[in-house]
Amino acid sequence: MQKNKIKKLNWMVYTGGIITAIIFIIVLIGRFYTPYDPSAMNGQLRLAGPSLAHIMGCDNFGRDIFSRVVEGAGTTLTIAVLVILIGASVGIFIGALTGYFGGVVDEVFMRVCDLITAFPSIMLALIIIAILSPSEKNIIWCLAILFIPSFARVTRSEMVKQKSQNYVKLAKLMGAGSFRIIFVHILPNMVPVLLPTITIGFNNAVLAEASMSFLGVGVSANKPSLGRMLSESQNFLVTGAPWYAISVGLAIVLLILGLSLLGEGLQQWRRNR
Amino acid sequence: MKYFLKKLITLIVTLIIISFLAFCAFQLIGDPIASMLGTNATPEAVAELKESLGFNRPILVRYFEWLTNFVKGDFGTSYSYNLPVFGMVMPKLGVTVFLTIIAFLLTVVVSIPLGALAARKENGIFDRLILIIDQVVMAIPPFFIGILLTCIFGVALRLFTPGLFVSFKENPSGFIGYMIFPAISIAIPRIAMTVKMFRSSIISQMQKDYIRTAYARGANSKRALKEHAIKNAIIPVISFLAVSLSEMLASCIVIEQIFSVPGIGRLLVSSIGTRDFTVVLAIVMILASWVVIVNFIADIIYQVIDPRIRFN
Repeated sequence: MQKNKIKKLNWMVYTGGIITAIIFIIVLIGRFYTPYDPSAMNGQLRLAGPSLAHIMGCDNFGRDIFSRVVEGAGTTLTIAVLVILIGASVGIFIGALTGYFGGVVDEVFMRVCDLITAFPSIMLALIIIAILSPSEKNIIWCLAILFIPSFARVTRSEMVKQKSQNYVKLAKLMGAGSFRIIFVHILPNMVPVLLPTITIGFNNAVLAEASMSFLGVGVSANKPSLGRMLSESQNFLVTGAPWYAISVGLAIVLLILGLSLLGEGLQQWRRNR
Repeated sequence: MKYFLKKLITLIVTLIIISFLAFCAFQLIGDPIASMLGTNATPEAVAELKESLGFNRPILVRYFEWLTNFVKGDFGTSYSYNLPVFGMVMPKLGVTVFLTIIAFLLTVVVSIPLGALAARKENGIFDRLILIIDQVVMAIPPFFIGILLTCIFGVALRLFTPGLFVSFKENPSGFIGYMIFPAISIAIPRIAMTVKMFRSSIISQMQKDYIRTAYARGANSKRALKEHAIKNAIIPVISFLAVSLSEMLASCIVIEQIFSVPGIGRLLVSSIGTRDFTVVLAIVMILASWVVIVNFIADIIYQVIDPRIRFN
């Protein structure tokens, strides 16, 4: 009997995948339905504690925290998805070309990447936002630019490995052009490498967006976002509404935990393959 | 020596490139005239102010002037406070550097023994426990750790008053007692990462031939670990820790907001809000120099403890 060559996925992929899937489903439902209107205020419920009607309690304007968390997670995830879409496609494209062709451009590009990755991403994001001025659109562009080097690097180093493989030589012998070889032959073979990178990148994008909104340079103040809610909730820690900060914070932790488990698990699965 | 000089030249060139890029970027967008005079300014007033601020001269001339002043310690004047930037930034820089260094020491002191203990028995109970805690802790963003610590130690146990910063001059012991909590918030995620890295580094060293030789010569596992594996396993961790020094400085930007620590991070965020670009530029240059210099020191230490690097 032939043994299955692909090793079984590990527990981290399952746990992370389930957590992430549940959050995505809740957020998707939240686009159409939330238990309460996230921006409906109710003075009587100001800082009301968690109850059956409001499972996470209410904020300082009497708005239902759970509905706002769902909406805020939606904002955060939308930004993260866009950041990764832009960052990964540009990064993979550049990495694939520089890795395949090499030469001076490759050398220069990798030096630039080295320089960018030497700086902590929050620091760079703040600098770029300072230049562009804070807004939701600028946050997406700024983070997308910052995520390009990580994808470009991984793609490049894998491309260098793959291009000396026999199947690439064969494709060349059969007369395939460089672009066909890169995008039709090599890239599909790199999916197991790129998948964990994309998941980890997504995780970092969520964290970066939350941090920027927490600092007040992310999405605009009237839109719920997890980072901004957490920074607002801080004022009520001392005045007796700790559940506000804790429920928003736990939502962020759960989101990041799911994604990081998924990324870590996928990486281990790739190593064991 | 040749290696040292090569790295030193790279350091200086990198700093010059960064300073030029940053200066140009903030000059292009950071036009202070509009914010200083408002939208109803007459063209004559704008021209006059431009003249007096020296905005009419070529950018390269202005850059070299700014750079020489910067190196001499003249960071320019803040647009919004009309104060010398140097005097605004320096006391705050001291607070932030202090915070970073405490967090760094905490990370080193806690993570090295924990990593070694976890690696001693791979897949043992302690090892598994550490790995699970690590994975969870790494998912907690530093700012939420800060909030949790405020909740537990500030609100519930009353070990410090949240938001009430104690300055070093007023009360040195109170200052340290206050700063320890932001430092812990910065250190915890780093500790998790360092433990994980050190553990896997030791485990991969323990499978090498020289460890087998050590066993063959009669060493027990404790001795093989302590006297042979750790020395080699710690090399990648040292460079990771050096990079952590930059990451920790970046974490300060966020953590200072939570604990109301009057450091450089808070000044940076508020200056971005008021678009006070002389302050932003000065802080950006300080942060960038910190990162570049820390990386330089890491390269040198790396080369001293692992001479193979020099010959590669």
